[in-house]
Amino acid sequence: MSRVASFPGAKPANSDSSRKSQMSDFQECEVQNRRDQVDNKQSPVNLAVNVGGIRMVNPVTTGSGTFGFGPEYAPYLDLRQLGAITVKGITLEPRLGNPVPRIVETPAGMLNAIGLQNPGVEAFIRDHLPYLREVGVPVIVNIAGNTVEDYAAVAERLDQAPGVAGLEVNISCPNVKKGGLQFGTDPVMAAEVIGAVRASTKLPVIAKLSPNVTNIVAMAESVAQAGANALSLINTLLGMAIDVQARRPVLANVVGGLSGPAIKPVAVRMVWQVAQAVDLPIIGMGGITTAEDALEFILAGATAVAVGTANFINPRATLEVVAGLAAYCEANGIKDINELVGWAWKMSC
Amino acid sequence: MSLLCLAPILTQHEIAPRHFLLTFRAPAMAKVAQPGQFVHVRCGDTLDPLLRRPLSLHGIDRTKGTLTLLYRVVGKGTARLSRMQPGEALDVIGPLGRGFSLSLPFGQVVNEAVVVGGGIGVAPLLPLIEALLNQGSQVTVLLGARSADGLLGLKAFEQTGARVEIATDDGSLGVKGNVADLLKNWLTRGTVLPAGSGCVYACGPAPMLRTIWQMCAAHQIPLQVSLEERMGCGVGACLACVCRVTRTDEGKNKEISDDNNVKSSLALAADSDWKYARVCVEGPVFWGEEVLLDE
Repeated sequence: MSRVASFPGAKPANSDSSRKSQMSDFQECEVQNRRDQVDNKQSPVNLAVNVGGIRMVNPVTTGSGTFGFGPEYAPYLDLRQLGAITVKGITLEPRLGNPVPRIVETPAGMLNAIGLQNPGVEAFIRDHLPYLREVGVPVIVNIAGNTVEDYAAVAERLDQAPGVAGLEVNISCPNVKKGGLQFGTDPVMAAEVIGAVRASTKLPVIAKLSPNVTNIVAMAESVAQAGANALSLINTLLGMAIDVQARRPVLANVVGGLSGPAIKPVAVRMVWQVAQAVDLPIIGMGGITTAEDALEFILAGATAVAVGTANFINPRATLEVVAGLAAYCEANGIKDINELVGWAWKMSC
Repeated sequence: MSLLCLAPILTQHEIAPRHFLLTFRAPAMAKVAQPGQFVHVRCGDTLDPLLRRPLSLHGIDRTKGTLTLLYRVVGKGTARLSRMQPGEALDVIGPLGRGFSLSLPFGQVVNEAVVVGGGIGVAPLLPLIEALLNQGSQVTVLLGARSADGLLGLKAFEQTGARVEIATDDGSLGVKGNVADLLKNWLTRGTVLPAGSGCVYACGPAPMLRTIWQMCAAHQIPLQVSLEERMGCGVGACLACVCRVTRTDEGKNKEISDDNNVKSSLALAADSDWKYARVCVEGPVFWGEEVLLDE
C-alpha cells in the first residue's frame, strides 16, 4: 500500500536540489557493510608504523570516546583492518558521567561533555577486553583519573591484563570536575601523572595532550622527560554553545570539548610545532575525516593518526583513510609511509 | 543486524508545513526493521551540518522493500534533507535501537493496547499499530496536537482500522485538551486495560511522556515509551544520548569514586538507584518501570 497516497494534499517536496546523484537507476539498496577492499598485506606500500613500541599494520587508530569498545562498529567494517583501536577512557572505578544534554552540534564540529562515563577498569577487563583481544589488532586503552594515584592504579591493573598494547593517558579531559584538564594544562602536574603511570607499567605510555594551553611544546617536553613513549595530539578544545531561545548554555555541563573538522587546523599546527621540538612519535588527531586530512597530520610530523568524530558521520571513515593513504603513496611513488612523516618541515628547510 | 546503505529516495512530500514524508528503497533494512526502531540519516555530503539525524520509522513495507520517515524540519540538517529529491541517494544506517515489544515482559501477548502520540511523536506509532492489529490486539489510538493541522498523518492512522480519539490544545478537532487528558478519561471511564495483557504505548514531547509515565505507574499499567535525546553516533559508542534507568545490577552503591567534597552529579547519584542507559541502543523504547522520567 502506498502511504504517501493516504495523505490528501500531499505535494511534491521543494525542488531546490543541490546534488542530484547518479543513483536514480538503483534497483537494490547498496549494502556497504563489510565491503573492505583494503588488504594491508597485498599493498605494495609499507603502511606499518611503530608508535613508541606499538606496532600497527597501518597508521590509523580510533579516537578515544568515539569508537566505544569496538563491537559498536563491527557491523559496518572489519575491525581487523584497523591499525589499532583506542577505546573509551577508563577510570579505576565506574563513572556515571554527566547529565544530558551531553552533546551539541556546532559549525563543522560538535561539543561533548560526556563526563567519562565508563564501567571502571575491572569491568573493562572482564567484559570488553576479551572481545578486543579476539579482534587481534593492538588495543590502546585510554586512562583517566582524579588523582595521580588513580592513574597509577589503573595503569598497574592494565599492565597485568593480557591484550593491551599501550596506554593513552588522558591528562586533558575538559569534562570532569577534577583531574583531566587540570593535569593537562600544568607541565609539572602533567609530568607527575606520566611519571607515575610510567613507573606502574611496562606498556608503552602515550600522553594525550590538551590544546587548551598557551605553549603546547612545553607540555610535550615535560611529559617526554617524565618517560612518555609517544604523544597524542590533540584532545578537544574547550568550548560552549548557548541556546538563544532558552537563553542558557545548551550543555548541562555548560562547557564541553569541541571536536570535528572545525578544529583540524589547530591540531595540525600543534603537531607541526611539537614534532620539530620533541623526539617522540605522535598520533595526530583532531577533525580527520579523509585520507587527505590524515596526510596533513603525517606531513606535519605525526607517525600515526586517529579518526574520531568522523566515525559518527561515516562508520567506515577509518578504513577509507587507510585506503586513501595507500593510494596516495602509490600515486606518488612513496614505498613507505614513514618517509612522509614530518616531510612538510624536513623537506622545506 | 544494522546496515550501512546508500538507499535511493523514492518519494518525498510535504504533508503539513515543515513536515515531510520520505520513502526510500532499502529491502535489506525493511526486512529486519521493527516498529519503534530508527535510522541514522546523513542530510547531505557537506561537513556542516556535521552529524547524522536519528529519524523514526513511520512506515515499514517488507513486500516493497521500502522504509518511510515522517520528520519535522527543525534545523539545518532536516532542512537539507527536505530538499532531497527522488532518485538521490540517502546515506542511512539502520535499523537501530530497541523497538516496541508486542508482548509484555513475561511473554504474554498484548491483547489490548492504548497507543498515545503527541505532535511529531506520532511518527513511530503507525507501524506499531499495524503490527498490533496484525497479531489480533485491540487497539485504541489517542492522538494530540496544538491544533487540527498539527495532527500528522491522521488519515493513515484512521485507515488502520483502530479506534482513534483526538485532542487538540485549541479544540479545533476532537476534545479540547491534551492526549494525557484523553488517557486519563479513558482510564477513569472504567475501560481499564485487562490485567496481565494490556499495555500503553507512548511517544511525544517530554512533559507529555512524564505525565503518562506517572499516570500508568499510579494505575499499575504496563507502559512502553519511545524517548528522544540529542544523539551522536547512534550505535552506542559515544554515550551522548543517555536517559536515567533504575539500576538493578549488583554494585549499586559502589559505582561512584568521586571524593566526598565534590558535589558533582556523580557524587549526588552515589546513593541513588539509577544509572544512565543509551537511548540509541537500550532504547529508544523503554518500559515505564525501568526508565526514570521524573525531573
